[in-house]
Amino acid sequence: MVAKNASPSKGKAAVVSKANMANREELLDYYRQMLLIRRFEEKAGQLYGMGLIAGFCHLYIGQEAVVVGMEAAQVDEDSVITSYRDHGHMLASGIPARDIMAELTGRATGCSGGKGGSMHMFSKEAKFYGGHGIVGAQVALGTGLAFAHQYENDNGVTIAYFGDGAANQGQVYESFNMASLWKLPIVYVIENNQYAMGTSVERASAEIELYKRGISFEIPGEQVDGMDVLAVKEAAERAIEHARSGKGPVLLEMKTYRYRGHSMSDPAKYRPKDEPKQVRETRDPIEHVKHLGLEHGLFSEDDLKVIDKEVKEIVADAAEYAQTSPEPDVSELMTDIYL
Amino acid sequence: MAIDILMPALSPTMEEGTLVKWLVKQGDEVKSGDVLAEIETDKATMEVEAVDEGVVQEILVAEGTQGVKVNTIIAKLKGEGEEAVSAPTAAPAPVATPAPAPKPVVAAAQVVEKSFEGMETTKTTVRDALRDAMAEEMRRDEKVFLIGEEVAQYQGAYKVSRGLLEEFGPKRVIDTPITEHGFAGLAVGAAMAGLKPIVEFMTFNFAMQAIDHIINSAAKVLYMSGGQISTSIVFRGPNGAAARVGAQHSQDYSSWYGNVPGLKVVAPYDAADAKGLLKAAIRDPNPVVFLEHEMLYGHEFDVPNDDDYIIPIGKAKIRREGTDVTITCHARMVGYALKAAEELAEIGISAEVIDLRTIRPLDTATIIESIKKTNRLVSVEEGWGPMGVGAEVVSVVVDQAFDWLDAQPVRVHQKDTPLPYAANLEQLSLPQVADVVAAVKIVCNK
Repeated sequence: MVAKNASPSKGKAAVVSKANMANREELLDYYRQMLLIRRFEEKAGQLYGMGLIAGFCHLYIGQEAVVVGMEAAQVDEDSVITSYRDHGHMLASGIPARDIMAELTGRATGCSGGKGGSMHMFSKEAKFYGGHGIVGAQVALGTGLAFAHQYENDNGVTIAYFGDGAANQGQVYESFNMASLWKLPIVYVIENNQYAMGTSVERASAEIELYKRGISFEIPGEQVDGMDVLAVKEAAERAIEHARSGKGPVLLEMKTYRYRGHSMSDPAKYRPKDEPKQVRETRDPIEHVKHLGLEHGLFSEDDLKVIDKEVKEIVADAAEYAQTSPEPDVSELMTDIYL
Repeated sequence: MAIDILMPALSPTMEEGTLVKWLVKQGDEVKSGDVLAEIETDKATMEVEAVDEGVVQEILVAEGTQGVKVNTIIAKLKGEGEEAVSAPTAAPAPVATPAPAPKPVVAAAQVVEKSFEGMETTKTTVRDALRDAMAEEMRRDEKVFLIGEEVAQYQGAYKVSRGLLEEFGPKRVIDTPITEHGFAGLAVGAAMAGLKPIVEFMTFNFAMQAIDHIINSAAKVLYMSGGQISTSIVFRGPNGAAARVGAQHSQDYSSWYGNVPGLKVVAPYDAADAKGLLKAAIRDPNPVVFLEHEMLYGHEFDVPNDDDYIIPIGKAKIRREGTDVTITCHARMVGYALKAAEELAEIGISAEVIDLRTIRPLDTATIIESIKKTNRLVSVEEGWGPMGVGAEVVSVVVDQAFDWLDAQPVRVHQKDTPLPYAANLEQLSLPQVADVVAAVKIVCNK
């Protein structure tokens, strides 16, 4: 299996973390990708505050290790689908920051030509199938993407992400049933950030160990530290291999955390005030990779500064592009309704 | 270089807010993610986090200040080290562009209806015509498959898919669990990936469980993706009232789906149309809701012996020419309207019967042309009246041919009740031939 982003270790120093070997280039790449997502989201939050991004805008800050770790275990044939908290998934799928930010500002140069917005973004080229605003819909749709992989026998696997909130939707279990019955090549990833908007998992779920939710469908489940990119990647490799080899779906529960509110207009009063701070200080996924590399002498502060600068430039460029691009031509109102 | 910190908008509706509290003071070093201040919005009190790193140079709006407009500079940061990226202070003015001629909303029909004349035909039931259409299209295109409850081994709850499993195998004729929401979503996902599913609902009443995927996923994805992701998919099955099956199994969804941009909606009457339109629907790159009628499945009609017999979506058919009144109808009501026209002929009224065939896009040109000839309109549908297909037809006629009307249009539709079980009440609720005759007499002053 060829990993999309990681380059194999060749005589470089390696660290052991959660039974996974990681080398300098790999760690630096994770650092770069996660930092890009975080800086991108911070900028999106800022542009929202300035009124340049409107509507609903759900930020991925805190959850970066999940999508970066999953992506590292995928190959080009694989397809991805997720919910409305999708900016990070798009960046990890290799979609340019410019295209995403310009969609957030509703401009003609956005990846949906300004017609989709934050919650509805797609890239057929990157096999990224959205960006869906209806909680849980992407699980059934993703199961259909996996059905297509099997039908076309193209060796692809679908990664379908959803939250702990969506995990209570009925169609999720309808999908689990068919996926397991037909041995579809799909990995279901529950990003358990502990709050479905303002409702904690404990208040919404009779079974809070969400990786067990596949048991009655005979879907193997695993709980993963979603704040540790290496643990995510390691679990992803196993799960994707299982799905690709024809054994059917796997369910991964990523224990993660969102630092911000559910959306930009959510003050997040439903959780202890110091909870985000505490997670940030003790479990931050970016700091984790940073410390791992520095501690083991895999890279230096200077190496990171180069990346910081590079990421800052990408985000600044995307923000500039997103503000200076024109709005869609008025003639676009009536296009893309029918082919 | 100083970085302006602006009063943020923290909800879609916020125009101004109260700066409740500063959590930093002049001279403090801040880094990205640090909480700078608390702001009270129209919804709640929120924290404002720093996006850039730097030292707080100046606080410009004191805490406790009310009515601070969004985008006011509330503080300045002094950037450190490398050049800080300063946030622009205002949104650029939207680029004004003159309105060019709009692109066509619906692509011109790619197929032209062949004339029936000169073709050899076979008496075929609507049921078998639908099956033949699916079989021919599945032979033609490997990406087409049929999925639904009881479509394979059971041969279809109404035997529409008879023989398909045998010919195409379980890969392409797929029995699902009873799980409409799930399999409709699965099929739309497969269509997004380029397959061409035919989704059979045992009845459209059950598609209520799946309507989210038909509308939110299938109908909207082309638009939301800026034209990148399309879904060539057919949702088909019996629609409307059957016989004595009661309220939850007897509803006409024509106007429900007809309301939605992005969907095409077809409701054929006879076997030739059922076949030709289903073939067109399967080949169409858009999602098509294909409404069949259970009471017509067993009816026989002439169907041309031609594997390429395709009827364009979006074209109505004049079933009977007339001069005194236009009757619009679709699906089972076409038969009722034709019977009514015969009775009306006996009393000297010449009725033109238009079979709409497609509900969306509605063939308004054919309707308007007919009204200009007859100057009178009666619309007939099996479903409820309010916001119905007839309401739309009347609206189109009033919009486009008001001056040609000699009488106010009349609608015939189901009574405003759930469909009753009792035979006498069921008959009372549904439109009958006599209702059509009576409506025509009203508009013709007879």
